[in-house]
Amino acid sequence: MPTQWTDTGPADASGGTLPVRIRGLIKRYGGSVAVDGIDLDVGRGEVLALLGPNGAGKTTTVEVLEGYRIRDGGEVTVLGEDPAHAGRAWRTRIGIVLQSSQDNAELTVEELVRHFAAFYPAPREPDEVIAAVGLQDKRRTRTRQLSGGQRRRLDVALGVVGRPELLFLDEPTTGFDPEARRAFWELIRGLRGDGTTILLTTHYLEEAEQLADRVAVLSGGRIVGLGTPEDLGGRAQREATVVWEDADGRHEVRTPTPTQLVTELSRRHESGEIPGLQVLRPTLEDVYLSLIQGSAGSASVASDSMGAER
Amino acid sequence: MSPLSAARRIPVAPSLLGLALARSRIELKQFFRERDAVIFIFAFPVIMLGIFGSVFDEDVGGGVSFTQYFVPGILAAGIMLSSFQSLAIGIAIERDDGTLKRLRGTPMPPAAYFFGKIGMVLVSSVLQIALLLALATLLLGVDLPSAPSRWATFGWVFVLGTAAGTVLGIAFSSVPRSGRSASAVVTPIVIVLQFISGVFFVYNELPGWMRAIAELFPLKWMAQGMRSVFLPDSYQSVEPDGSWQLGLGAAVLAAWTVLGLVACLRTFRWSRRDVG
Repeated sequence: MPTQWTDTGPADASGGTLPVRIRGLIKRYGGSVAVDGIDLDVGRGEVLALLGPNGAGKTTTVEVLEGYRIRDGGEVTVLGEDPAHAGRAWRTRIGIVLQSSQDNAELTVEELVRHFAAFYPAPREPDEVIAAVGLQDKRRTRTRQLSGGQRRRLDVALGVVGRPELLFLDEPTTGFDPEARRAFWELIRGLRGDGTTILLTTHYLEEAEQLADRVAVLSGGRIVGLGTPEDLGGRAQREATVVWEDADGRHEVRTPTPTQLVTELSRRHESGEIPGLQVLRPTLEDVYLSLIQGSAGSASVASDSMGAER
Repeated sequence: MSPLSAARRIPVAPSLLGLALARSRIELKQFFRERDAVIFIFAFPVIMLGIFGSVFDEDVGGGVSFTQYFVPGILAAGIMLSSFQSLAIGIAIERDDGTLKRLRGTPMPPAAYFFGKIGMVLVSSVLQIALLLALATLLLGVDLPSAPSRWATFGWVFVLGTAAGTVLGIAFSSVPRSGRSASAVVTPIVIVLQFISGVFFVYNELPGWMRAIAELFPLKWMAQGMRSVFLPDSYQSVEPDGSWQLGLGAAVLAAWTVLGLVACLRTFRWSRRDVG
């Protein structure tokens, strides 16, 4: 069995109610368990990334928080209310960016943003939102004519035009080219700078590393790792690997004290340069893969029957 | 990409009426920009009236020409297309492509969505009727009635027919398994109903068993009600029951409206069926 992580609270929890508080969340589809007892908090102004393979339960978890799905067990509080029973006033305080969609194809960017702004009591200025997502040149373009990346930025515009306190982003950059992804990250950083709390699902490690204050790794419906991108899975404490070459060939040594080893090596090399020297720290990807594989036994049970999630 | 300012306006909850009007406007924009909808829902009856009215001109009994007979039938069919077919297909697509799910995630009251659909149906249907009546009088030489009582009948047939078609269309949108199959599921039903309900064929010339089936559905009663508006009273003797049967027609349409409303309330979903 994988370790069940108990959330010890976000770093900046400054009292008051947390935007998101989850205790023992369970969601089943038919006989299979999609979410198997999750505990998680998201603090005010925090960006939390839910990271995990397809079928890990990311979207299911988020859709329970958004009020789209009814949980089978546990406690969930979002902005102080139970999303299963929350009403219109609660919906004015959240913003939702669902997984990619093809809707409203015949309306223009400007028409849609203005229309959605009208649903909220204190919306952002639609022109400002269109500019913020970089679609000012496309304002009169119909949605069907937008590229995938532009379409996604429109989705974000519709998600934030109501000035949400809490924004859900479900795989926002899937299918983006690297440049579009970087531009998108800037947009999300801007929202975060405004104090918006963001819960993001992604399967891009770099995205989590770039945007998130904390990362929760989901696998098989459980949280198998939780922490800042730097500390996840004890990454900071892990041993480094020192690699170098000499007359005997290539050497690889794992050590908790790489500096000492390199000093030693440099003393041995009178010429000054150590051939092929590398000091490797585990990347987020290494940590992530070890966390996922560590829980593979239980992950396969749920992922086989996860057709319902996507 | 530039930063978003944090300035807030004074919060005022948007009114349901304002949102219903906003939804109606956006629905109409989408409807008239969607080529399929414009051709197969809005223009189809107009094209049919142009063709049938020009080709067939024999006497159908009671001193009535086929063109004259066809006008009330195609008006009734147009009402059904603009309400039932338009919504059954349109909402099935919106459920499939995520429009409904996205709207459900906003503070828009669900009623605003349905009022928007009703607004779209009313405006597109009235425009269609205006086009049909203009074509019938200006090009096909059909005389419009002048008696106010006939226009009153026209009014309630339109209102009840639209009400039944709207709630049944919303309810039926849950039947197609996907947005892509919606048109294939809905269109044949509508076409068959037009053939057996006295739109394309003269009703009293149809076999009795076919009429017995047609009597179960709204379109037959809408077409007959429209005939009472546009045909001389002398034609009543040609009707199978020797009368316009307006009372029974109103009752059947009202019953379908109630049935459709109950079905909507019990079955309407904001997301796809395969999503748990």
